[in-house]
Amino acid sequence: MTEPLLETRGLKKTFGALVATDGVDFDVRAGETHAVIGPNGAGKTTFIKQLSGELRPDIGRVRFAGEDVTALSVPRRSRKGLARSFQITSIYRDFTALDNVALAVQAHAGHSFRFWRAAREDPSLTHPAMRVLEKAGLEKRAHILAASLSHGEQRQLEIAMALATQPRLLLLDEPVAGMGTDESQRMVELLATLKGEKTIVLVEHDMDAVFSLADRISVLVYGRIIATGSPAEIRANAKVRAAYLGEDD
Amino acid sequence: MNLTLVAEQALNGLQLGVMLFLLAAGLTLVFGIMNLVNLAHGALYMVGAYLAAYFFGLTDSFPLAALLAVAGTLVVGMIVELVALRTLYQRDHLDQVLATFGLILFFNELVAILWGRSSIYFALPPWLSGHVELAANLRYPLYRLLIIAVGLSVAGLLWYVVARTRLGMLIRAGASNRAMVAALGVDIRLLYTVVFGFGAALAGLAGVLAGPIYAVQPGMGELILIQVFVVIVIGGIGSIRGALAGALIVGMVDTLGRAFLKPVLSTVVSPTAADAAGPALASMLIYLLMAAVLAFRPEGLFPSRGS
Amino acid sequence: MITSRTWVLVAILLLLAAVPPVAALLHEPFYLDLLRRVMIFAIAATSLNLILGYGGMVSFGHAAYLGIGAYAVGVLAHHGIDNGWLQWGLAIGASALVAAAIGSISVRTSGIYFIMITLAFTQMLYYLGVSMTEYGGDDGLRLKVRSQFSGFIDLNDPTSFYYLVFAILVLFLYLTHRLVNSRFGLVLQAVRSNEARTRAIGFSPYPYRLAAFVISGAMCGLAGALLANQTAFLTPEFMNWTRSGELMFMVILGGVASTAGPLLGAATLLLLEDMLQGWSVLPKWVNDHWQLYLGVILVLVVLFARRGLAGLLPGKERDD
Repeated sequence: MTEPLLETRGLKKTFGALVATDGVDFDVRAGETHAVIGPNGAGKTTFIKQLSGELRPDIGRVRFAGEDVTALSVPRRSRKGLARSFQITSIYRDFTALDNVALAVQAHAGHSFRFWRAAREDPSLTHPAMRVLEKAGLEKRAHILAASLSHGEQRQLEIAMALATQPRLLLLDEPVAGMGTDESQRMVELLATLKGEKTIVLVEHDMDAVFSLADRISVLVYGRIIATGSPAEIRANAKVRAAYLGEDD
Repeated sequence: MNLTLVAEQALNGLQLGVMLFLLAAGLTLVFGIMNLVNLAHGALYMVGAYLAAYFFGLTDSFPLAALLAVAGTLVVGMIVELVALRTLYQRDHLDQVLATFGLILFFNELVAILWGRSSIYFALPPWLSGHVELAANLRYPLYRLLIIAVGLSVAGLLWYVVARTRLGMLIRAGASNRAMVAALGVDIRLLYTVVFGFGAALAGLAGVLAGPIYAVQPGMGELILIQVFVVIVIGGIGSIRGALAGALIVGMVDTLGRAFLKPVLSTVVSPTAADAAGPALASMLIYLLMAAVLAFRPEGLFPSRGS
Repeated sequence: MITSRTWVLVAILLLLAAVPPVAALLHEPFYLDLLRRVMIFAIAATSLNLILGYGGMVSFGHAAYLGIGAYAVGVLAHHGIDNGWLQWGLAIGASALVAAAIGSISVRTSGIYFIMITLAFTQMLYYLGVSMTEYGGDDGLRLKVRSQFSGFIDLNDPTSFYYLVFAILVLFLYLTHRLVNSRFGLVLQAVRSNEARTRAIGFSPYPYRLAAFVISGAMCGLAGALLANQTAFLTPEFMNWTRSGELMFMVILGGVASTAGPLLGAATLLLLEDMLQGWSVLPKWVNDHWQLYLGVILVLVVLFARRGLAGLLPGKERDD
């Protein structure tokens, strides 16, 4: 079998007496959408941060595209094709939507030690950025300041920025967080268009989104993965029901 | 260069270190817990010195003057906090720097109006101005020993408060995770006021002690404040332990450096070169030390935050 | 992009350009001198605005480069080298080098650490200046001969000198404008706006911040060379941390992250200082203790007029 695009081996992270990640073996195959679910406090955010590079594990390795990236910083992992969207919207509030995405494009267009030409008038940046905005359904809002976008639009912008870096793998941290039904629906549709094209690791609470998008689901409880499998398998799994879904679902 | 001289300079270094600690302790807590850059800390030190000189002139009693001066500085500090600093907690560092910079200008001019621009002479009472025979050939000023004693006692007291009391626990928690403490329902405002008051009182105490041995003049606060910054950077923001370690290191390095760098240097290079480079290098020593510490440990020696 | 802010800037520049003939008409050479001083500080403030306003790096040590630039001129002159090209070249080069050295350590830090470290390094240079007794130490150094640009320009002619400073100011304003809107400038602004996000999309902030720090220092070094020629005298006080504070005030008074801001701020602060000290319309107790009132005014500005003067003008939320 071909090597997974992303995998972790024996990942462990403690904060003082608290064991946030307790020996996690995790793998993501190219092209799949792999969801990570678990109750609050399970350590999902800590886990994601170790994947993206914001945190270094105490023990264990992270491999991406056949390379050991455990020691690599966040920017370097991004440049290797590992893109991340944040649970709490983290965009450039005082830039327009187009500027936001264009910056993401710029980050992967070589170095930025160019001091003269106005970047906002550079088609090699703005054209790809517009295409990504179109894909995310935000093209009409391109010239609006990010701070003035609705919450749902800002979450879409998060995804757009991740897409603009032409990633090999998308790490999405609760993309539908705080969205109403309509907005969530639109987000799920957007993510559905990416399925297969991109490899996606999806951390989510919203079970509808998870079950409609995921090819595989891993369940994280108290820093350990207690089950991995197809949505049907997970739904049927007794351990999972006990720990997380609750008996009446 | 004999042992007595070294011992004497070492004691001077200890004394400077202790003074720096008194200033650094309050300031590092304010930095760490309130995330407030307070340049006016030096102004409180100056106020303490001036008040001590003033009250000593009035009462002729050093202990009483000291007490009144520290209390007075505390009051001034509280007024400043209430009037100017409260709004700054929410603001970014640039605003804090500039606003407190404006306060420095204000206070420097205020003391100049009240007591003139030239330095005030603060004579020690006779019972404090003697010398103590510490060892054969080593006679050391009593007053400086007093400073060392006071400083170390305060350090001990602070250690006790921080390590053993509930307030100390809140301080430690606040220094490493501000938001968490607020989320736990602690009255953040009150905590801030207490911490700031602490700092102001310590600064005032440092000013009182400094009066007789350093020049009491407008602008005296800024001269020592920058050394205090170096102490805090070396020790780590928000950490009292760091403040103590940093203060003692800086006090020692600066004092011993100024005293012995030139002679030491002239053993390796020519006397003229040592003469030229010595004093310059000595005054730069603590900054070079700071740069060296930062190169290896950017968060300081004893950072209070888990990185 | 032409906004109303641009027109204000153009208007101010036209006013500045008109000063020499007007001053001559009124027989008041003092204004020539004063406004030339304003422009020199505007250049310094513009350089600081690059890293402070756009880059969000609160550098409390910028006055160091004024000092380095000034001493480059003074030291060379002291040793008989009056060639302006050499002096000013050294001013820029030395400032860039020192900025690179200080920046390589400081730029790794941020927040309160960065402020204190930049402050500490500047003080270090100040003490170095004081201890260099060969170049006057505490008392300073007189510049007996201004920088010589034989055939090109004579700095002893107040009007020529004025227009040279003016030209440099306009040039730097334009260069800064281009720089902040370039790819480089956007990265700098992005780091200031949201550092975590900038790292997440793949930028390593350090090289860009360091480069900005060096460019900014070099620009300020030239301002220092100009200042030395302006006052014909240089002291370590050029590098005093209070001077750094004044520069920061100019940036914030004018309004951060705007092209015209530093110029407005420099003009306001220097003219304000001059007025408080010398305006006989004000009572004597204001003149004598002007720093008290300046301190209060500055505190009030920070507390209540956060967006500075440029913020009072209609126009975009941010950069023009």
